Amino acid sequence: MTSASAGQLEQARVGVGTVAAARRKPPVSWNTLAIHVLLIACIAVVAFPLYFAFVISTQDIQQVVQRPPRLVPSVHALENYVEAWHKAHMGRMLFNSLVMAVTVAVGKIIISMLSAFAVVYFDFRGRMVCFWMIFVTLMLPVPVRLMSTYEVIGTLGWINTYQGLTVPLMASATATFLFRQFYLTIPNELAEAAQLDGAGPMRFLFQFLLPLSWANIAALFVVLFIFGWNQYLWPLLITNTETMRTVVIGLEELIPRSGTELPTWNLIMAGAMMALLPPVAIIIFMQRWFVKGLVESEK
Amino acid sequence: MQRTVFRNRWLPYLLVFPQMAVTVLFFFWPALKSLQLSLYRVSPFGDSMTFVGLANFAKLLGDAEYYRSVLNSFVFSAGVTVLAVGGSLFMAALATQRIRGLAAYRTLLLWPYGIAPAVAGIIFLFIFHPTYGILPYFLSFITAYEFNWLLKGWVAMTLVIVSTAWTHLGYNIAFYVAGLLAIPGAVLEAADVDGAGPLRRFASIVFPLISPITFYLVTLNMVFAFFESFGVIDAVTKGGPGDATMIMVYKLYKDGFIGLNLGSSGAQSVILMALVIGLTMLQFRYAEKKVTYR
Repeated sequence: MTSASAGQLEQARVGVGTVAAARRKPPVSWNTLAIHVLLIACIAVVAFPLYFAFVISTQDIQQVVQRPPRLVPSVHALENYVEAWHKAHMGRMLFNSLVMAVTVAVGKIIISMLSAFAVVYFDFRGRMVCFWMIFVTLMLPVPVRLMSTYEVIGTLGWINTYQGLTVPLMASATATFLFRQFYLTIPNELAEAAQLDGAGPMRFLFQFLLPLSWANIAALFVVLFIFGWNQYLWPLLITNTETMRTVVIGLEELIPRSGTELPTWNLIMAGAMMALLPPVAIIIFMQRWFVKGLVESEK
Repeated sequence: MQRTVFRNRWLPYLLVFPQMAVTVLFFFWPALKSLQLSLYRVSPFGDSMTFVGLANFAKLLGDAEYYRSVLNSFVFSAGVTVLAVGGSLFMAALATQRIRGLAAYRTLLLWPYGIAPAVAGIIFLFIFHPTYGILPYFLSFITAYEFNWLLKGWVAMTLVIVSTAWTHLGYNIAFYVAGLLAIPGAVLEAADVDGAGPLRRFASIVFPLISPITFYLVTLNMVFAFFESFGVIDAVTKGGPGDATMIMVYKLYKDGFIGLNLGSSGAQSVILMALVIGLTMLQFRYAEKKVTYR
């Protein structure tokens, strides 16, 4: 409702104001101008760290350490990105991150859709127990079960595997609640009509509910992809070989901890840019879905 | 509310099975195991366990280092929450004034959410770098104080707080913008008619109306800062200098994986569990209030 009615109100206000305004000087609103200036200042502050990281990633090491600091991009971008790519095995790490983010997102969506469907459309013994068990996972983030989850993964032989990286993260209370909320808004008549047509529950799910759910699925996918891509503690626990590292934890390897090696900050920033670009690009290009996913999956 | 339309003896169980399997195997079982470990002393290789009752908890509560990590966690999450919620309210309030370009402004403010806290931490690490960083460089014109996070605990804490808050901004702004746009225009019009200026209007009408969102965001930002901030600490400060940025989650990891003290890490897990349960309950208790005006 909001933007349309706000626009109408605005028009109404302008309509009332015109008679008076026509006689006086045209209304240059200093308030509006001040708001734009403040907003642009905020954006500059928020964007500065990213701009700075980008600028550093395009300089050679002399420019990086020069005083006063150089705040404009230089011409060494390509060589820095290529060197960072090879030095940190970026290709492999980005691939692992992609596999992890996509698998976790898709897995969470499928698992949540099925369990929400069961909880909403069936009456079965233990329904509420399932519901509460899903709810309680909200209160068990990785850190509170750190050592013992690691032990379970070890027993399963899932250390350094993609299933170890992804399957344990696939339970999702928020996604299940979102689908449940959504199913509850669908009129009961739809299911009744489907039943009259002789459709069983699975056909109802795939031919009736699924086509209605795409907007929710897209929104969830964006949010869950970012969640998966940005995981840190979990991949750190589950992987200990270079070939299984994800980019967010592998980046740290570009920073030398010993005093003998000089940190190549331009390469580190090039690596950081590569690690942050996919999730940031997804937010920018799928903004509508991103906002929907965030705001509606709130519990 | 529920609709029971389909009748089937085994299908619903099959449908919830994947979710339940993951939940039991990777959430409930490990959580129970943590509870159990917290009551035992375990040898470093896990081959012998001795029941010690609450001794692990007693030891933690008598440990100044543990108190330090609790204090650090509260300072850290309070800092992140104040900065991220306050900053995003300010920006969202500006962006939802009756001006053009809301969509563009929102896009330009949302994206930091995509940056992993650890990656954000690495960027700020360089901005704060004592020799090459841009921030100490400019501060050196103002003050002779050595703004060095490698030596000074509060500077390191500021570094991790600022970088974490930066990544929280997008999330909070998305919620505030949605909430602010949901306030009926008529309410604001009425305030205009009464002659309330923009600040007055914000303080006495807008802020109370969105206070449920603020409450939700405060608890959520605190939970995030408490439990999802392992990455920024590990990538940037490793808890240092000294133990100035040693937060509870990082201490648990260090004691468990590096110190191999399973009993103590189990007890720390249980304390964290109590904390997250408390925060989640708090959040849900007031969650219903939020829907009343929307």
